[in-house]
Amino acid sequence: MTSMLSRRSLLKAGAAGLAASALPLGFARAQTPIVLGAVYVGPRDDFGWNQAHAVAMDILKQVPGVTVIEEEKVPETDAVAQSMESMINLDGANLVLATSFGYYNPFVVETAKKYPNVQFRHAAPLWNEATDPKNAGSYFCYLNQAHYVNGVAAGLSTTSNKIGFVAAKPIPSVLSNINSVLLGARSVNPAATVQVIFTGEWSMPVREAEAANALIDAGCDVITCHVDGPKVVVETAETRGVKSCGHNASQAPLAPKGFITGAEYKWETIYKIYADALAKGEALPNFIAGGYHNDMLRNSAFGAGASPEAVKAGEAAIEALKAGKPIYVGPLKDNTGKLVIEGSMDNYDPVLDGMNYLLEGVVGSIT
Amino acid sequence: MTAVVSPPAARPISLGPRTMRALEALVIPLGALIASALLFSVFLILLGKSPATFFSLIWTGGFGSSFSIQNTLQRSAPLILTGLAFAIPARIGLTLIGAEGALVLGGFTAAAVAIPLVTGGIAPVVTLPLMALSAMAVGAVWIGLAGWLRHYRGVNETISSLLLSYIAVAIMNFFVEGLLRDPASANKPSTMPIGDAYRVGSMPGTSVHWGLAAGLVLAVALWILMTRTTFGFAARMTGGNVRAAKAQGLPVGFLVVACCAIAGACAGLAGFYEVAAVHGQANASLVAGYGFTGILVAFLARQNPLAVVPVAIMFGALAASGGLIQRRMGMPDATVLVLQGIIFVVLLVSETFYGRIPFLQARTTGDRT
Amino acid sequence: MTGADLFIVLIAMVGGAIRVSTPFMFVALGECLTEKSGRINLGHEGNLVLGAMVAYAGSYTTGSPWLGVLMAGCAGLVLGALHGWICKLPKVNDIAVGIAFMSFGTGLAFFFGKPYIQPSAPRLEAIPLGDWTGNSSIAQALQVNPLFFVGIALSVFLWWAFRNMRWGLILRMTGDSAASAKAMGVSVDMVRLLATAAGGFLAGVGGAFLSLYYPGSWNEGLSSGQGLMAVALVIFARWDPVRCVFAALLFGAAGAIGPSLQSIGISQGYYFFNAAPYILTLFIMIASARSKSAAREAPGELSIVK
Repeated sequence: MTSMLSRRSLLKAGAAGLAASALPLGFARAQTPIVLGAVYVGPRDDFGWNQAHAVAMDILKQVPGVTVIEEEKVPETDAVAQSMESMINLDGANLVLATSFGYYNPFVVETAKKYPNVQFRHAAPLWNEATDPKNAGSYFCYLNQAHYVNGVAAGLSTTSNKIGFVAAKPIPSVLSNINSVLLGARSVNPAATVQVIFTGEWSMPVREAEAANALIDAGCDVITCHVDGPKVVVETAETRGVKSCGHNASQAPLAPKGFITGAEYKWETIYKIYADALAKGEALPNFIAGGYHNDMLRNSAFGAGASPEAVKAGEAAIEALKAGKPIYVGPLKDNTGKLVIEGSMDNYDPVLDGMNYLLEGVVGSIT
Repeated sequence: MTAVVSPPAARPISLGPRTMRALEALVIPLGALIASALLFSVFLILLGKSPATFFSLIWTGGFGSSFSIQNTLQRSAPLILTGLAFAIPARIGLTLIGAEGALVLGGFTAAAVAIPLVTGGIAPVVTLPLMALSAMAVGAVWIGLAGWLRHYRGVNETISSLLLSYIAVAIMNFFVEGLLRDPASANKPSTMPIGDAYRVGSMPGTSVHWGLAAGLVLAVALWILMTRTTFGFAARMTGGNVRAAKAQGLPVGFLVVACCAIAGACAGLAGFYEVAAVHGQANASLVAGYGFTGILVAFLARQNPLAVVPVAIMFGALAASGGLIQRRMGMPDATVLVLQGIIFVVLLVSETFYGRIPFLQARTTGDRT
Repeated sequence: MTGADLFIVLIAMVGGAIRVSTPFMFVALGECLTEKSGRINLGHEGNLVLGAMVAYAGSYTTGSPWLGVLMAGCAGLVLGALHGWICKLPKVNDIAVGIAFMSFGTGLAFFFGKPYIQPSAPRLEAIPLGDWTGNSSIAQALQVNPLFFVGIALSVFLWWAFRNMRWGLILRMTGDSAASAKAMGVSVDMVRLLATAAGGFLAGVGGAFLSLYYPGSWNEGLSSGQGLMAVALVIFARWDPVRCVFAALLFGAAGAIGPSLQSIGISQGYYFFNAAPYILTLFIMIASARSKSAAREAPGELSIVK
């Protein structure tokens, strides 16, 4: 419960930072020039996770006195530690943004300990106030809220009541997106089910296409996904003439006929908080997390695949989430029949970060 | 017998054939490196980028400071081991491209073996050697299997080792995301962390892990094994001509499986260091392509265990400076891939000049005493 | 597993075989041609990826996907010819050059492919062969790209040409014994250069299939090692073009097992189902290998089987 409280207060701190950023800034500048090193795990233009970050990084490039240096396709090995150190030692970086999940432990933690004068921020809710260095920190958006909206719109756009989900790996953030799609769809269409296929890899285009085809063959008429680059999945759905929902960045241009909506990050909100703090020479917040309530997510503009009622329900769902409507409202059972959620869960409850089940209504298994 | 007096002054400075060969082995790769730098400069100029900036950045990033040198060495550590893993079977005539699998499985085994030992509180001095040995053993069995299939079942070792690599990755993923998953490793499924007390630290005064030292020792040891022992002689003879080796009564099957097992042990050890020195646990990040890069390292080293070391360091330097190129010149990461490709191709082309550059040839005629 | 489930998996495997096999088929046929001449080009991963990029870029800029396919073939041809030319220098190891070309080709493709990741290029159309069935999943499985048929026709042609046509016989002779080819007045280096260039062309076309048809987009993770695997399939198919096609089909079908089993609700151990193509290939190789026969069918000059 204490961790829950601290999470809430951290969220508030994030929101406060956001509020502060809305104030007129004047011409305050950072005392020392800021060199910001950004590390990406894949190419910056992957139509997905890395692109979402890289596009938002452009916001920081506009801040006077801030130089952004970027390195892409850095694997989650000691290569990332070496890259960060190289940025610090050779380019004078004093803020490092490490954008891939697997960078954190041990690489960000150990490098932060080694360079206490450099700030490190990592894109996942992993920073632990008690154990991790004070010059490190986390920022994260709970994308499952936008997937819930996907589910609402999909639930009203499907005729077979079967939604297909191409997923990379059965980890909590992916499982939460799958479950949120289901709950979103069930909220408007109690007969809806979600069928999931795990590819086992973050990026494996041929298998992703095979998985999308298998789901369509199994009767799914809306396809969505959680893989690094959703381009292939959305395009396969479009070619097969079924509808699709996007993930990470906007894939709307790829599916002019069947695109419903997509779950998108708004990293720029967080990066703006950083940029403003840097411009004023202030310390960066250690922990920022959020979702719809603090403008850190969006859904792609509704496409031709969404029926008018789906658009209406989707927009209503967004408003409800902004007002803090919980997604996980118990009692909920997993698809093996075990009771997993009893009461109503706050959308940022840390318990949800450890999700290891698929809810009843999802066809698939996590082992 | 009257002494034949040969007038020493009548001959120009003549170095012995061994010196000449050493000189050749130095001059030709250097020339190739210069040639590939020139070729790549043309590529850069066509793109409107400055070759001078580019190569000074390569130097800065790879060797320019003590940080850069350590960065380079750290990156080369696993490549020395995987380079050896290709080079040793190559001496017996096998093309094994499966070191990646042995590395992954070795690293996974090390992490799995560590779980009961660490939770049981067994001291690191006992635990770490056990982890290393089991990683090497599993690697040896995995690649040894490809050798065994080759010799006793006639299954081509190139394809079987490649297939075994993919299967090894599947095995690792299966356990890491299932039975052996640490519940705390929520979003990045991993085995239980071995903990700081059990980590292999850096070599004194550096930030480079001990895998580099292991690579150096093994490179020397395997060089001695392959060039100075009966085993090495027999293996090379088998590599030259299997039928002749069989006719000589050499235990060809044993030699083949043994060379493969040595290779697997090298790759498995690389996996051990990835777990014990770098990650502290096993997870999908073990699949980093070191095994495949090792193939090129070995080829450029002409399968010579000693030459594997400088070649791996060259690879390390290129990887280390790649980031700097991206950051300072705004060029994509693929730039270094293109440069690597050009260097490899030119270095391989340069092989054709061995024994064909007139001024580098020792005059052997009438030189025998 | 019910009968209906089994049907779904079988249809998926048939569809998978048709959809996924074509790049393997083209690379394997190209490599078969090269290896028959006594040389091995392990660098087809580079040709495949470069071909995929060039095809996508070509289709995007010209608006014609088939022109893209042709351009991909030409890019592969250039890489193949370069490989062939370098390998005719004495003391140069063809396997090593191939691996270097893997790095070189993918490097070029990634370097010049950056601007083409975002745009959507016109893609190859399929021939709908199954619409008459009225079953959408069968119809989809039988959506066949013309290149699939080109590949099959090519394999039969190569099989026939290796036995009956003059150039086919010369090619095989060069591959089996360079000395006797020389004695016949054949330029061994020229034959191998042409064979490697033609093989490179086919591998480039295989790449075009990846980016312009299935999965039908260009990005840096597109191939995931298919070029290397296809080279291995040639050894698996024992240097027979028709068997290359069967190997590619088998590989494609096996690749569909993992996703389709999950689609009917069987997902325990999906890592192993996803690795089915590799496991299956290995077992077939072990089961069918008789220690001598594989070597007997191999071209005598081939360094990899010596």
